Amino acid sequence: MAGENQTVSEYIVHHLTNMTYGELPGGFERHDGSIISEGGAWVLARSGEEVAAMGFNAIHVDSMLWSVGLGILFCWFFRRMALKASTDVPTGWLNAVEVIVSFVDNTVRDTFHGHNKMIAPLALTIFVWVFLMNLMDLLPVDLIPYTLSLMGVEYHKIVASTDPNITMGMALGVFILMLYYSIKVKGFGFAKELSMTPFNHWLFIPVNLFMEVVGLLAKPFSLGLRLFGNMYAGEMIFILIAALFSAGLVWAIPAGLLQMAWAIFHILIITLQAFIFMVLTIVYLSMAHEDH
Amino acid sequence: MNFNLTLIGQMIAFVCFVVFCMKFVWPPLLAAMQEREKKIADGLAAADRANHDLELAKEKAVERLREAKNEAAGIVDSANKRASQIVEEAKAAATVEADRVKAAAQAEIEQETNRAREQLRGQVAALSLAGAEKVLGKAIDRQAHSELVDKLASEL
Repeated sequence: MAGENQTVSEYIVHHLTNMTYGELPGGFERHDGSIISEGGAWVLARSGEEVAAMGFNAIHVDSMLWSVGLGILFCWFFRRMALKASTDVPTGWLNAVEVIVSFVDNTVRDTFHGHNKMIAPLALTIFVWVFLMNLMDLLPVDLIPYTLSLMGVEYHKIVASTDPNITMGMALGVFILMLYYSIKVKGFGFAKELSMTPFNHWLFIPVNLFMEVVGLLAKPFSLGLRLFGNMYAGEMIFILIAALFSAGLVWAIPAGLLQMAWAIFHILIITLQAFIFMVLTIVYLSMAHEDH
Repeated sequence: MNFNLTLIGQMIAFVCFVVFCMKFVWPPLLAAMQEREKKIADGLAAADRANHDLELAKEKAVERLREAKNEAAGIVDSANKRASQIVEEAKAAATVEADRVKAAAQAEIEQETNRAREQLRGQVAALSLAGAEKVLGKAIDRQAHSELVDKLASEL
């Protein structure tokens, strides 16, 4: 908690720093004064400067752990339900799973008109996985990080979708699929679509190319950054409310109420963002399949 | 916002989970659901058909019942008619028999009357002869006056 020996801004920055394992360059002076030897070394970052110094050669251990862990949870749970599913009356959790599956299936059917066996499972994976990652946002911000800090873990973020690496990683995955299917379905037509629309004249090819490529590149960014932005902002407000608790007992009650209100509102946000990510993925892939 | 290897890691994880879902999660779930949907649809169709059949059977039953009722009413009618006919016939036969008996009785009565009359007439003739003999004091020759006596007797 904030207040004892850190300022509110330190508290916030602390909460927004991932647990980063990366390569520090040789000669870097660590927070405790030790110097990294020549040739660099892979270490767990202990401060913001170290994270910055690591650059691209680093990995967010917490994000990967939560993201892969929740992904495995999804796969395990849905696989179990898939084995349980039969033509008999569905019971218990199977009902919930079937509701989700038929919801995703309907959404895909409404939006995607091509023939591709991959779209629906892809949409289901995205929806449930993103939802689970977002769901971690509803856990009290200090619960797991503070517990882990007692065990000596300096930084820990449990909401993987507040890490742009995670959201952009998924968005880039979708982007690669978009490019793959655009070329596979349209072939040369894809190049023609990029260069000859919206102005169908050879003189306008550079203009068209510029506009279409920007439009194309905007898709993965809009996909990944929308989710990141929403979750990051939501998390930030949770952190600010948590910081309010440190302002004294008088503030604890309104802070508690605020926390509850925001958490209830956030139930909508996390579901909605997961749904939007899924729908946009389907729409983008649908556009990739449509030959004009 | 610092991009690093997490981006690549997440892309690999993404692909793995999607492939897993595509291979082991989606097909069995959807197959089971679609099969169940079909089963339910079949069941509903069968129920509809059965309902329809039931309706038809009900209509047929009502029709049968109506026919049977009509038939029964016809039978009762004809039976009634036949009964009254029999009664009429019996009545007519009885009347005829009664007439016949009455006629026979009358004939017998007439016959008896005639016989009595004849007897009476004979006795009257004998009596009047006897009377006349008494009055005249002598026997009357039966042969001579038989014509007269017979005339008298027939006038009675």
